[in-house]
Amino acid sequence: MWEITLPRTIVIGEEALEYLKTIEGRRALIVTDRVIESLNFVSRVEKHLREARLDVKIFNKVEAEPSTESVFRCLEAVREYQPDWIIAIGGGSTIDTAKAVWVLYERPDVKIDEINPLTKLGLRSKAKMIAIPTTSGSGSEATWAIVITDTKEKRKMELASREVVSDIVILDPELTLSMPPRLAADTGIDALANAIEGYISRWRNDISDVFAVAAVKMIFNYLPRSFRDPGDREAREKMHYAAMLAGAAFSNSQIGIAHAMGHAIGAVFKIPHGRSVSAVLITSIEYNLREIEDRLVELAQAIGIKEESNVKMVEKFIQKVGDLLREVGEPLTIRELGISREEFDDRLDELVDKAMMSTGTIANPRIPTREDYMRLFMYAYEGREVDF
Amino acid sequence: MEKYKFPSEGWIKAYKEELNKNKVYEESAKDWEGDFLFIISPGEGIEKEIVFYVDLWHGKCRDAYMLPSREAKKTAFVFEGPYSNWKKLIMGQLDPIHAIMMRKFKLEGDMGKVLRYTKAASELVKTASRIPTEFIL
Repeated sequence: MWEITLPRTIVIGEEALEYLKTIEGRRALIVTDRVIESLNFVSRVEKHLREARLDVKIFNKVEAEPSTESVFRCLEAVREYQPDWIIAIGGGSTIDTAKAVWVLYERPDVKIDEINPLTKLGLRSKAKMIAIPTTSGSGSEATWAIVITDTKEKRKMELASREVVSDIVILDPELTLSMPPRLAADTGIDALANAIEGYISRWRNDISDVFAVAAVKMIFNYLPRSFRDPGDREAREKMHYAAMLAGAAFSNSQIGIAHAMGHAIGAVFKIPHGRSVSAVLITSIEYNLREIEDRLVELAQAIGIKEESNVKMVEKFIQKVGDLLREVGEPLTIRELGISREEFDDRLDELVDKAMMSTGTIANPRIPTREDYMRLFMYAYEGREVDF
Repeated sequence: MEKYKFPSEGWIKAYKEELNKNKVYEESAKDWEGDFLFIISPGEGIEKEIVFYVDLWHGKCRDAYMLPSREAKKTAFVFEGPYSNWKKLIMGQLDPIHAIMMRKFKLEGDMGKVLRYTKAASELVKTASRIPTEFIL
């Protein structure tokens, strides 16, 4: 038995934002950041909501890779305003902040680190949630995962509850056109890692597979174009959908060690999520290879690779992943993140401890020991091919 | 080879011994502090709930024995499920974390903490599957 959880309504396509005019309620709190606000997206959302006769307030202080402190600042605004809609507009950080705040608003008795799949939260008695992503990567709009940085312990808390999946997701491709190429690549590679890990997870299933394969195909087809030309509407639109599909894939199976290691690197060295995952993606696939060769062959077929043997199919797939990373200027090694060998060696134990504690380890095809993780980080630093 | 009936005092003692030989468990649970009640729920031919106490501390099993009831000991965690699911778990046919999430087992206690020790959880189950076991049902 496995349970599939998805957003109730997904609105896609040109002028999708106008769906907000149909929302019924009293008060909406828009959760966003200052950059998104400066791009006039927020004023459009606000206008549509006012047309729907809702009162609107804006919280614009979400930070990138959000901390617990940042969540509590937003929570104050929510508690003061008492909205019946929480509307997140921004990247994964904004949507994750809104999800965490939503839980704490509805359940003041729950501590943030108690948000887990077994805690019954009873959300939606005070508010519902709309997610409007402006980047195409984390897939947070479709997932039941929340990543918040615990600044005291310098770790990324991987929180999860099926109840935090958004009621409504709005994927308006117009919102992605202003995304700088670097951000399009960073987030796009996060989506690729989400889809690959969702597909090879031990918790994969026939439903999550459909989302994962579709996402992988779209990312290989459209990420290079989306990166090269922000004005390529078709590529930006397809990447927006691909990111949501990849989110739906891993959310209904599980992430793997690329995320476990990526979260550790992100927390220790303050590296944006997409880049830290990119730096370990190839290493993680190579480590898992002996357990998932058939799955990688299927992904290779999905992107049109034709070779005479499975071994060659897999080799070619890994090569294609590397080519894509290079093409969009993403790091293939931890060294390429600008971390010196000395810094890396000093923090290696900490990286391993954090990866061991990650939920990305749970359903990975191979569950690494501490020694495995130590070697994986060292191999990923150099970009050395995994041989153990 | 001697087989241990599951459930029995002999089985849980054999489990303790086997777990304390498991170096991968020791390493992956080196910071773990928290004792468990493992409970087989009544039903499926089990008349009354069967309770094991397992004290896990810093990668070792300090103690393990059967208890007359769950009230006999207050623990940090309670892991509970029907006999058929225990059987599947011991035979390696169920992933422990997946089983909790799919409510095949109930877990009382800090789920977040358990999720951070998934390698240890996996080794706890692998160890159980190494005990020569005779299932009563």
